[in-house]
Amino acid sequence: MINGKMEEINKAIFTGAQDAVTLCIGLISILVFWLGMMRIAQESGLLDMLSRLFRPVVKRLFPEVPQNHPALGYILSNIIANMFGLGNAATPLGIKAMEQLQELNQEKKKASRSMITFLAINTASITLIPTTVIAIRMTYHSASPTEIVVPTLIATIISAIGAIIIDRYFYYRRSRKG
Amino acid sequence: MYILSMISLGFIPILIGFILIYGTYKQVPTYESFVEGGKEGIKIAITIIPFLVGMLVAISIFRASGALEALMRLIRPGMNYLGIPAEIVPLAIIRPISGTAALGMTSDLIAVHGPDSYIGRLSSVLQGSTDTTFYVLTVYFGAVGIKKMGDALKVGLLADLVGIIAAVVVVTIFFGAK
Repeated sequence: MINGKMEEINKAIFTGAQDAVTLCIGLISILVFWLGMMRIAQESGLLDMLSRLFRPVVKRLFPEVPQNHPALGYILSNIIANMFGLGNAATPLGIKAMEQLQELNQEKKKASRSMITFLAINTASITLIPTTVIAIRMTYHSASPTEIVVPTLIATIISAIGAIIIDRYFYYRRSRKG
Repeated sequence: MYILSMISLGFIPILIGFILIYGTYKQVPTYESFVEGGKEGIKIAITIIPFLVGMLVAISIFRASGALEALMRLIRPGMNYLGIPAEIVPLAIIRPISGTAALGMTSDLIAVHGPDSYIGRLSSVLQGSTDTTFYVLTVYFGAVGIKKMGDALKVGLLADLVGIIAAVVVVTIFFGAK
């Protein structure tokens, strides 16, 4: 670690910091645009309609969120945006969902049960069309760039179900400890 | 497949059009609402900067110092035991940690082994079906100022493991081993 690595580490510290800031600056345009659009969707009642539509499913996943809470609308739009591979639309919606969940949160510094469930589903990222991967496969002249779409969907559904089960397991373990 | 990618391409313009038309129909002051919502975006992007700088600097030191390689050597036997091919192990480990590094590795694997090989397909499915857990947790928790993540990281990483195994199994079933 000491021989020669130190120089690389020094470099890594500052490129890491720079990457992070560049990433955040890049996020501004996306966040401003989608949160602007979502405000319109919220005020016109579109988000409420969406959450009413999928309420039976989401209610089971997030038992601690009240039925008519706006958090559900944001959670759903985040999941839908992820499904269509719209990563840049998904992030602002996910952040709004987190803000709404934070309002319901009792201990403001600590992640609530609903937040952990939401992030578990998010990191499993259900994808209908993995656009980036298809693009890479096309670049390298795949005979069938899209043949991985269905396997990806199945794998992602399995990992989402896994995420929900693991999340439940940890929740029950926490609540038994008190 | 063609229909799916058409939906994916047309989704954003149609969605935006629909939100604007519906908002106007419901007599929402669309421009004012857009601006109000957008303002929040700037605030959120700025709020995440310190969280992301901390996380990305830590990750880049982790990689530059050789700690990541050491970790890989440690985990590799276990991964092999689970039936994950040796070529895929570095990708499987880097996927939750760094999105750009994982994307680079995926294109590299596809370039070296060919997009229609077992490794090429497996890396495609793996890249498409999992997400950068550390990034998601940092951005979402950072945006609402949560410092105690609780079980979120454990749940996220275990779900990633489920996703990796699911990818291996599904690809083997769909395309056969090797």
